[in-house]
Amino acid sequence: MSTTLSPAEAPVEPGRRPASVSEVVMQLEETWRAEPGLRGWLRSVDHKSIATRYIVTAFVFFLLGGIEAAMMRAQLARPENTVLGPDAYNQFFTMHGTTMMFLFAVPIMEAVGLYLVPLMIGARNVVFPKLNAYGYWVYLFGGVFLYVMFFLNTGPDTGWFSYVPLAGPEYSPGKRVDVWAQTITFTEIAALVASVELIVTILKTRAPGMSLNRMPLFVWAMLVQSFMVLFAMPWVATASQFLAMDRLLGTHFFNPAEGGDPLLWQHLFWFFGHPEVYIIFVPALGFVSSIVATFTRRPVFGYPAMVLSMVGTGFLGFGLWVHHMFATGLPQLGESFFTGASLMIAIPSGIQIFCWIATIWAGRPRFTVPFLWVLGFVVLFIIGGFTGVMIASVPFDQQVHDTYFIVAHFHYVLIGGAVFPLFGAFYFWFPKVTGRMLSERLGRWNFWLFFVGMNLTFFPMHQLGFEGMPRRVYTYLAETGWGDLNLLASVGAATIATSVLLFLINVAVSLRSGSLAGDDPWVGDTLEWATSSPPRPYNFPLIPVVEGRSPLWGHPGELPAVAGLRTDVREVLVTSMLDAEPDSRHRHPPPTIWPFLTAVATAVTFITLIFTPWGLVIGAPLLFLALLGWAWPHGRDHAEQRRIEAEAPVEVTA
Amino acid sequence: MTLLQQAAGFPGAHSVLDPTGPQAALIKERLWDPMYGTAAVTFALVLAALFWAAFRRRRSSEVPDDPARERGMRVTVGLATGLTIVVLFVFLVIDAKVGRAITATPGHDALQIRVTGHQWWWEVQYRDSLPQRWVTTANEIHVPVGRPAVVELRSTDVIHSFWPPNLTAKRDLIPGKENSLWLQADRAGVYRGQCAEYCGHQHAKMAFLVVAQPVDSFADWLTRQRDTASTPTDSLTRRGQEVFLGSACPMCHAIAGTPAGSRVGPDLTHLASRRTIAAGTLPNTRGNLGGWIVNPQSIKPGAKMPPNNLDPDDLQALLAYLETLR
Repeated sequence: MSTTLSPAEAPVEPGRRPASVSEVVMQLEETWRAEPGLRGWLRSVDHKSIATRYIVTAFVFFLLGGIEAAMMRAQLARPENTVLGPDAYNQFFTMHGTTMMFLFAVPIMEAVGLYLVPLMIGARNVVFPKLNAYGYWVYLFGGVFLYVMFFLNTGPDTGWFSYVPLAGPEYSPGKRVDVWAQTITFTEIAALVASVELIVTILKTRAPGMSLNRMPLFVWAMLVQSFMVLFAMPWVATASQFLAMDRLLGTHFFNPAEGGDPLLWQHLFWFFGHPEVYIIFVPALGFVSSIVATFTRRPVFGYPAMVLSMVGTGFLGFGLWVHHMFATGLPQLGESFFTGASLMIAIPSGIQIFCWIATIWAGRPRFTVPFLWVLGFVVLFIIGGFTGVMIASVPFDQQVHDTYFIVAHFHYVLIGGAVFPLFGAFYFWFPKVTGRMLSERLGRWNFWLFFVGMNLTFFPMHQLGFEGMPRRVYTYLAETGWGDLNLLASVGAATIATSVLLFLINVAVSLRSGSLAGDDPWVGDTLEWATSSPPRPYNFPLIPVVEGRSPLWGHPGELPAVAGLRTDVREVLVTSMLDAEPDSRHRHPPPTIWPFLTAVATAVTFITLIFTPWGLVIGAPLLFLALLGWAWPHGRDHAEQRRIEAEAPVEVTA
Repeated sequence: MTLLQQAAGFPGAHSVLDPTGPQAALIKERLWDPMYGTAAVTFALVLAALFWAAFRRRRSSEVPDDPARERGMRVTVGLATGLTIVVLFVFLVIDAKVGRAITATPGHDALQIRVTGHQWWWEVQYRDSLPQRWVTTANEIHVPVGRPAVVELRSTDVIHSFWPPNLTAKRDLIPGKENSLWLQADRAGVYRGQCAEYCGHQHAKMAFLVVAQPVDSFADWLTRQRDTASTPTDSLTRRGQEVFLGSACPMCHAIAGTPAGSRVGPDLTHLASRRTIAAGTLPNTRGNLGGWIVNPQSIKPGAKMPPNNLDPDDLQALLAYLETLR
């Protein structure tokens, strides 16, 4: 990249551009001002405020899913226990899975991405801020709808995987499964919206100089994850719509008596369901890389290998779905293809672990709380990875499939592989989001209790699987001898609950009286640490220019910055896809209520459709009106856009 | 065999790690044992590397991103990756060989058994070229020791999964699809199996037993099972049969040799010869059976069997009759 301007040298055009940094800041404050009050809250299109809501909402769902898990552990603590009967238990485990997968894990990963990606790439906002707001509202309405129905004793009870024919019209009459299928539709839309948002934001609005090969590993992770969402979600959308049609319209997609096939459901569901695991896991890899680099005070070793591993994981993740179906009696030759693919995906995971260990070895580690979570992640994820390799074997999997061995395996992978890095990320970026530090002391308690509790809960489950305990059982006979290990697991669950409670206390205390963080408490290397904590609505007073993979390291003083972007209107810089050369400038929309109203119309349509086909007749006009309002052309905007387009492209050279 | 002895074996052996059939043995000995060993060693190595990397003593002159050192790291990471690939490849080959050995079809003398999954019990049928020699029972599969049995797996409602861990790996019962597996017990004994695919309300209480017995006693058992039910001989059991036929029972259950012929629920022709009731949930004792008949919903809430409000004398007569169905 060429030499660049420090803010003081920015060329000033009469009547338009401010003369000094303080004037720039004042004008930006005015232009990007967040509206106050409830009205402002509903109309916000700022990626940070929307992502913060997203994270808080998803965390509330994490707590709800956790309470469900705790109830299940209470029921299973003793044989023939009566805390939950079969009807309640079946709803609880379905809600636990559905909540954790659809309402917590995927949304929170995307939400952290939506918060951090624009900051890390030096952008003012995401590219489609109205769509972003819409995605959040749809997600919120879907989640609330599911829980309202659950409290009305109409919670789904056929598992988060809803296998047909059990979930079909004949064996699950009533509305429970319809509620599940429609909740999935809500979350699919939200996830697709977020993925489109992130892909375009990453590819088109990186700060000048941040060519693809200089992109932070976390941004790579979000890019890979978003593409996976884009290709995985349509399958579950198709499946859940087929299911809804079988149930509500009398089609026979899955009815063997009429030429349908129950296995079609399993193929469609797992073609989404397996990539889903990596959709949750890949962003976590990004957290780990950010934390490892910062706390070893050096860039992560093997950047190209790390990037290629994540991309490889993204592709391979789509080639393993059949290993969820090894017990269905598919042809053996086909199965061995999926064994090969399932083994292969261990290779990119292995490479990344080796690279992190090399980074830690070469660096000077600081054992802060975020770094502890990363160390915990490595230990737990390796265990989950090993059992993952084992169950790639068809005969071995056929023994342990649908037993507690599998429950142990995927909790090691998902809690160890995703929740631990997520907690690390909370401790790491909390200061950026709130401006205050979390307590390190409480953080260590939080970590160790979680680590011990996690192993107490899930390690014994491997053995329970070997001893013949199947999954999804609401109780078991005393004579089976599974009581002791189950009790141990329940004690572990209580330990985890304590740990999460400590985290909540830590957050509450920090918000009230945590020590102030400053812009860059950890001495990080990526752009988000170059702006204030919390960042202002416009993120950066001046858009930085990037000259390396670690723009903040080895760069004492001011960053080079872009000049020539307008500050009196909301204007963002669009750059080229590969090299991030300045390309054009774009008018950015002001706050608006229409995303919220469109989401309301969407929710009304989806929910009424469960109860009557007239839902479409009621909902379609509402949606039409909302979209009309959303897209209503404003003459002023058009004139503005034409003026912007007529201007010369932005200068980044002096 | 007395009822007490039957109850003593309850609930039957159920462990992947204690194989008594050739397939379960192959999976444990050729897959699990070496995988566990490899995993344990690798885990120790990676953890040692991690802790060394994190806690090793550092010289003050060290530079975190010294380019000369990076080359050494590249070689190390490359070697570790190469080793991973080799181990995975070896594992792939072993897996394919074990897979082939397990699915290889047994010889022609295999016993044919048809198992049909129902919400929430197992129908077991031994077929024969003569339909009148067919044997239908429930939740209890008898096999001769040392002789392979091919089990055809079907379902009439939702997906279930057949899994006796000591003997063989599991296989799903899928409506509209014909699945099968074969198993063989190398030692006499009672092995427990349980439905492994979530199938609704009472998925938790859908177990079965595999009773492996010496060839002769298996032949005896099969012969006895082919008989129709014994005719009541005394007034109490005669009254019991009348209670059975006069109540809701024959709507769902069959007793060969009586007019009761429904196939909705388990066949009761030789009920008293079975070790458990309610699909492996309770030992088949008189008290348990009485409790089950009167209020099955307290034992398996959601089960398809309705409560039966019998007057005490009728119930005693019915139980006495059912106990004659050996």
